[in-house]
Amino acid sequence: MKYTSQAVAKPYFIAAIALFLGQILFGLIMGLQYVVGDFLFPAIPFNVARMVHTNLLIVWLLFGFMGASYYLIPEESETELFSPKLAITTFWVFLAAGAITVLGYLLVPYASLAKWTGNDLLNTMGREFLEQPLPTKVGIVLVALSWLFNITMTMLKGRKTAISLILTLGMLGLAVFFLFSFYNPVNLVKDKFYWWWVVHLWVEGVWELILGAMLAFVLIKVTGVDREVIEKWLYVIITMTLVTGIIGTGHHYYWIGTPAYWQWWGSIFSALEPIPFFMMTVFAFNMVNKRRREHPNKAAVLWALGTSVVAFLGAGVWGFLHTLAPINYYAHGTQLTAAHGHLAFYGAYALVVITMISYAMPILRGRAANPERAQIMEMWSFWLMTVSMFFIALLLTGAGVVQIWLQRISTTPMSFMAVQDSISIFYWAREAAGVVFLIGLLLYIGSFFVKGESRAIE
Amino acid sequence: MSATFTKSMARNVFYGGGVFFFLLFLALTFDTMKVLPKRDNSQNITPAVAHGKKLWETNNCIGCHTLLGEGAYFAPELGNVYVRRGPDFIKAWIKGQPTGVPGRRQMPQFNLSDMDIDDLIAFLKYASEINTNKWPPNIEG
Repeated sequence: MKYTSQAVAKPYFIAAIALFLGQILFGLIMGLQYVVGDFLFPAIPFNVARMVHTNLLIVWLLFGFMGASYYLIPEESETELFSPKLAITTFWVFLAAGAITVLGYLLVPYASLAKWTGNDLLNTMGREFLEQPLPTKVGIVLVALSWLFNITMTMLKGRKTAISLILTLGMLGLAVFFLFSFYNPVNLVKDKFYWWWVVHLWVEGVWELILGAMLAFVLIKVTGVDREVIEKWLYVIITMTLVTGIIGTGHHYYWIGTPAYWQWWGSIFSALEPIPFFMMTVFAFNMVNKRRREHPNKAAVLWALGTSVVAFLGAGVWGFLHTLAPINYYAHGTQLTAAHGHLAFYGAYALVVITMISYAMPILRGRAANPERAQIMEMWSFWLMTVSMFFIALLLTGAGVVQIWLQRISTTPMSFMAVQDSISIFYWAREAAGVVFLIGLLLYIGSFFVKGESRAIE
Repeated sequence: MSATFTKSMARNVFYGGGVFFFLLFLALTFDTMKVLPKRDNSQNITPAVAHGKKLWETNNCIGCHTLLGEGAYFAPELGNVYVRRGPDFIKAWIKGQPTGVPGRRQMPQFNLSDMDIDDLIAFLKYASEINTNKWPPNIEG
């Protein structure tokens, strides 16, 4: 690596992968509970497993984003990180807070956890993805501020590139919109309305800036294409992201008590949301085709291209599938939503973090790229995880379509649970695909331990 | 992309576009907040409803159920459960959990008092009377 302080990224990446493994294990528990309802009951009820599954996802992605920025910003700014010590302290604080929170979910009834952690002072818990106790939420804010401070100070004393600016802007947005998680009015409609200011404006807004910046950084490094070209693309892509994604929030405002005009705003703008993702695919392939060097890290190139394609499929295509109001009227809150959620998060965010790790980790370990055998293993893990996740999305789409038909369209609508019984075959197959995904992930982890000859840093 | 479209132009379009659409979003939000009282059934928010919402949250009901279509997809939609099942059924159901039927999905026993359950039902009744543009399509949710 060029700057010694970039090394602080390493513990972040390791923690990200470890928590990713935890997320998948809890995913498999839930997948089984879908068909064997009393599996692990009452030790780990479904709602607890789901909290752990989704919260681990958020936390490991944040670890990935943070590690990526501690690696990327010094290199972009051409200066050492402002405070490596602060970055390491923040790491341990975040890891401890995350671990205690997950243990809290698993070991304490949620109502007691709420009582003990000051939820009576300020009600914030018990809303999807924002289940964290108050101290954890405050901790997340502090960690985000420390991260933002460290990165901004580094940037201020060095070169200011578009990539680092956009990454920092994304992080600023992440921190600002998270503040809405502290607003929980009794009025359910307002509660839901502003809940989306965290959830939607994160994943279909500011996180995409972080995603774009990380992808652009890796593409510059592995293709050697001129920075001017790549950064111009980046600006155009994220312009489209914000132009479509901000008003696109409206696709969540169809049926929660908000005015009907959101059906127009939401449908039109969110129908355009695939555009930036499609541009990202075109961009990534273009840059790789126009490459001016052969980077020895072939695996990183594969992950980067994979990110652009699967993000387009998961976020773009699967999002579009049910985003138009007349379709969403039937699809809202079914397995179709779950299908989209899985492929989109995997394609856009899990993959971009792995792309970054795959590019940076060998360098952090003192080599330009991993040994050939390790890279082949990584590529296997890419294909196993990607194909199995694609199958998970297809199977949940199948489940969702049948569910919509039996429960909402048929002239003799069936009850929710009766429908669930009749689509269990999809859930069984999904669980099998999940096992393949786990094998892919284990292979990925294994690739870090493969020994062999590797090229030194040029 | 052509050379006449420079990076600094792209940057300006980004900032301009981002700010414009965010302001438009704020304007729409402002209007939504203004018309919301006609739709959101907030006139029926009583202390019981408020307490019911808190119980809904502190027992993580959203971890299995959906409410107005949002949440987990493991258990039935509850935005209209008040209409679908009625208060007596809901009370008996909550008290009777878990069913313990082998292989079936299980709902935990939350040990709520009778008054708690009444408040929770008040919250579900309030939720069922929000104007949701006729969603869900039918009573099954």
